[in-house]
Amino acid sequence: MIQHRSHTYGVIGEFEKPEQLVHAAAKIREEGYRFYECYTPFPLEGLPEAMGMRRNMVPLITLIGGLTGGLGGFGFQYWVNVISYPLNIAGRPLNSWPAFIPVTFEMTILFAALSAVLGMLALNGLPQPHHPIFNAHRFTHASADRFFVCIQARDKKFHLEATARFLQGLAAHHVSEVHDD
Amino acid sequence: MSAGDPPINSPEIRRLTPVLGPGHTYGSVTDKISAIVLTRKTSLGWYIGFVLAFSVFGVLNIAIGWLITKGVGIWGINIPIGWGFAIVNFVWWIGIGHAGTLISAILFLLNQKWRTSINRFAEAMTLFAVACAGIFPLIHTGRPWYAFWMFPYPSVMGIWPQFRSPLIWDVFAVSTYGTVSLLFWFVGLIPDLATLRDRSTTKPKQIIYGMLALGWRGSARHWHRYQSAYLLLAGLATPLVLSVHTVVSFDFSVAIVPGWHTTIFPPYFVAGAIYSGFAMVITIAIPLRKAYGLEDFITMRHLDNMAKVMLATGLIVAYGYFFEFFMSLYSGNKFDVFLVQQRLHGPYAPFYYALILCNILIPQLLWFESMRNNVIVLFLMSIVVNVGMWLERFVIIVISLTRDFMPSAWGRYSPTIWDWATFIGTMGMFVMLIFLFVRVLPAISIAEMRELVAETSEEHK
Repeated sequence: MIQHRSHTYGVIGEFEKPEQLVHAAAKIREEGYRFYECYTPFPLEGLPEAMGMRRNMVPLITLIGGLTGGLGGFGFQYWVNVISYPLNIAGRPLNSWPAFIPVTFEMTILFAALSAVLGMLALNGLPQPHHPIFNAHRFTHASADRFFVCIQARDKKFHLEATARFLQGLAAHHVSEVHDD
Repeated sequence: MSAGDPPINSPEIRRLTPVLGPGHTYGSVTDKISAIVLTRKTSLGWYIGFVLAFSVFGVLNIAIGWLITKGVGIWGINIPIGWGFAIVNFVWWIGIGHAGTLISAILFLLNQKWRTSINRFAEAMTLFAVACAGIFPLIHTGRPWYAFWMFPYPSVMGIWPQFRSPLIWDVFAVSTYGTVSLLFWFVGLIPDLATLRDRSTTKPKQIIYGMLALGWRGSARHWHRYQSAYLLLAGLATPLVLSVHTVVSFDFSVAIVPGWHTTIFPPYFVAGAIYSGFAMVITIAIPLRKAYGLEDFITMRHLDNMAKVMLATGLIVAYGYFFEFFMSLYSGNKFDVFLVQQRLHGPYAPFYYALILCNILIPQLLWFESMRNNVIVLFLMSIVVNVGMWLERFVIIVISLTRDFMPSAWGRYSPTIWDWATFIGTMGMFVMLIFLFVRVLPAISIAEMRELVAETSEEHK
């Protein structure tokens, strides 16, 4: 097994219940591992905290997107109606800002929503058709009814046998090595 | 229910009626929902329904083809009634779309667990309804191949859209609504597409679902950002859904036509939109749960709650009708008073009375528990409300336009066969898309159902 070291992505373990995975994730962190990831069929409450995750960047990206859309939307209408193509509509001032609010609002929402989704996908590195974790032979259950944790080989503390034993000690089933090709 | 159970109409029992049938596990909800798409044999009923809907969709194509050949003269519209069926149907369809976003966004923010099994197909319904709605203003322009003129782009003519016009606001509102609804729906689908990818047994399915799933692997870090994005989308879609029908109502209320120029229009249009949207969700949910045996997932509790939302929004709509009526009389404006008389006694009065019957009187039956728990009654009621909401838009548009300020500008409107063909054709398109959707994508969110399993199993501990 050891000679495969350079091709090892990590060691994977499986749990039947979400609580077990949350508990294991906290234990793995306590043990000093840093490069490990949990795979679950639905978002688990308490798992991000157990894994020591902090706030993510999606809200900030969305805010920036929304502000860009709002300011850009209003600025564009101002530029069109006052500078580029001034039209006298019923004698209203050229910068008749209340009439620009609906489009400004819609542009704010549109840009914020696009930023939220594209930002989330970009931060997650998606789309990514292949990933070493798909080599784990029971991994199809990660999108159905099982909860997985994988400690990655790039972690300083990683040692194939010791890490595998450690996962078994946390009551993980089907602990096995995952290759990265 | 066995004989020993307490009576069904006791309040405790109603509160405890589950949003999920008993005994479900992560595996069982996954199996049951994904099997509809992956393993279950496509039923004969599906083929018959699809072929029928597809034929009606063909009628739409013929109607649009003829329209493009001949021009809008094939419709019943003429001065003074330039809007006619096209705009009636546009407002009707866009209103129907509203329930999908309301269920997925507002009920999500309010943490209403019962939304889980109905949000996916309600969102799909929104998308398809917006697609049907979008056809009408497009073909109503008369030269749909120039429709891109409504978008601001640097044209060689050096001109720009007129941003003070509600019709341009509409372009932005509806296209933003369509885009955000699609994003919301797709983001919700990503984990389920991954489930379908992992459970498909044939190569083509694995490749197609795999590409659509974008390589989703359910990593905790991904879920963390995913949940942020989903929550933000819900937060953004909530004001958006309220703004869309508000902007649609501006198309009317910004004009000075009697019966249109009122400040009550935005809230009353939004309530009407939600009303008709919930009616359409019920119209789809009842046959869907029956055909695919989803009674455990779309329970009586869902139908009961949706009926209550329908009743509540119906009352807001009734309030809108009352105040429209009252303010016209109270204003003393003779054109407004005249319009009320025209609604009550004019040539289109039967439509007005039918509208009151469909939208206000018949839905009062929903006060009774026995009516809300009877799926047949509920199904018929949802059809009645949809008819009523269509009549409402007809009354607003046609009566006001045929009875303008000057008797010399009065007129009559009646739709032609092509108006009907286009309208019924969009219904065919809508039903066809629903049929395709339930066949190729999970009609219920599998990932959220697993969350529901986790939550309900915690409650039982």
